[in-house]
Amino acid sequence: MAERFDAIVVGAGPSGNTAAYVMAKAGMKVLQLERGEYPGSKNVQGAILYVDALEAVIPNCRKQAPLERAIIEQRMWLMDDRSHVGSHYRGATDADEQPTRYTVIRANLDKWFSKKVQEAGALLICETTVVELLKEGKQVVGVRTDRANGDIRADVVVLADGVNSLVATKSGLRPPIQAKDVALAVKEMHFLPKATIEERFNIPGEHGVVIEMFGKITKGMVGTGFLYTNKESVSVGVGCMVDDFRSARVSPYQLLEELKQHPSVKPLIAGSEVKEYSAHLIPEGGYNAIPPVHGDGWVICGDSGGFVNAVHREGSNLAMTTGRLAAETIVALRDEGKAYTASNLKRYRKALEKSFVMKDLRKYRDVPEILHGNRQFLTTYPELLSRAAHTLLTVDGVDKLTKEKQIQREFVQKRSRVGLFGDAIKLMRAFR
Amino acid sequence: MNRVEEKLFENRYRVDEGRAHIRIKEPDVCRDECETPSCTWACPAGCYSLGDDGSVTLSTDGCLECGTCRLLCNEHFNVEWSYPRGGYGVLYKFG
Repeated sequence: MAERFDAIVVGAGPSGNTAAYVMAKAGMKVLQLERGEYPGSKNVQGAILYVDALEAVIPNCRKQAPLERAIIEQRMWLMDDRSHVGSHYRGATDADEQPTRYTVIRANLDKWFSKKVQEAGALLICETTVVELLKEGKQVVGVRTDRANGDIRADVVVLADGVNSLVATKSGLRPPIQAKDVALAVKEMHFLPKATIEERFNIPGEHGVVIEMFGKITKGMVGTGFLYTNKESVSVGVGCMVDDFRSARVSPYQLLEELKQHPSVKPLIAGSEVKEYSAHLIPEGGYNAIPPVHGDGWVICGDSGGFVNAVHREGSNLAMTTGRLAAETIVALRDEGKAYTASNLKRYRKALEKSFVMKDLRKYRDVPEILHGNRQFLTTYPELLSRAAHTLLTVDGVDKLTKEKQIQREFVQKRSRVGLFGDAIKLMRAFR
Repeated sequence: MNRVEEKLFENRYRVDEGRAHIRIKEPDVCRDECETPSCTWACPAGCYSLGDDGSVTLSTDGCLECGTCRLLCNEHFNVEWSYPRGGYGVLYKFG
């Protein structure tokens, strides 16, 4: 292709779509390349959309985007083998303020978003895999695709190619991602009648519930399980660090099967029809694992740059925000007539530092390390808490003071007084 | 039919016949040198199977393109991994 573009965006997920949208709206000649048959066909997410990040570029998106359910209830479950201790937060369904979180089905959302991008003037080419970057010296000047005569040139390349970040890695712009910094999640889509979902989860009309699960369901591996309600389906999945799957000798599909058999989960998906099984990596290394995100003629956004807040289960909003900030930087440089050099594109990095993206990632920078070295938070404590609840709630003629002492004794036996104190300090340090 | 195959059966694929996008570079290394063939249990699509003699065989037809095997094989770096050609591979209906 001899045609030359102002910018090439690799990938049509939330990050690439946001970047392409912003640049096209600003009148740039944008080419977007997607390896899937259609945008979304290679993408997997839980999925919760934090609509604020999308509204930053498409203000009236709530009215148009294919959203599934507005989340009004959040359940957190600490799982023992056959029971759980949990907390619920349920917001008011008639609140004046609009909800900020919605469940979505990514294939639908990505297609919709991509249509917006194309309406804004970007050219989308699907079924085209970018294999490496074209460089002149250090300057990136375009991409090489897997099509015949597939070299395409542009002034700047936005890499939004997802968690594997193959293009940047192959082109030597960043070190390869590491098994210790990445989680593998598997998910199934369970279809149920709309009315059944609303009855089972006690939710009216367009509202939804999310359940995040921790504890023994991950067999001591660092990870979480989840269950999200869509309009006519329920997404059920579990994810753990890739390194942990290796050392625990556990299969992800076996882990998912066991989660589905857990007595707290099983009745919620009973009678459902499974229509898809998916797997995806999530970059969870946090702040310390963020690679260089800009250089001469290139920027990295979204999962490709490791922008995920694993503690709060946020990713798509970081993807869209980083895509927007990268695109705004590029547009500003164009307006000022400045070249897309590493020193000029450093503005993107600065914008990231000023935004919630880097602030949040910095806040939780020690969490991956602390969880990695302290498996008791995922095994011992859920068990202890579950037993404590069981003891307190069992009415059997034993007085309450004796019960309390018994619970205390169990905690001390399992973790020792010094251990309990140390664990409290560690948790405070990790989340402060 | 084991469980993972039943799961994969629900998915849509366009298989690029004869052009596997993942390759084991040196099969002998898997058999003779790898002591933790984690690809054989941690691949979410069960693409890698372990033979009685310790050899590992790969079938990419059910691959979910997650990249796990590429990261797991970080001692011998014996997996050559790329995405399928544009348009081929798994086609998520929901994602």
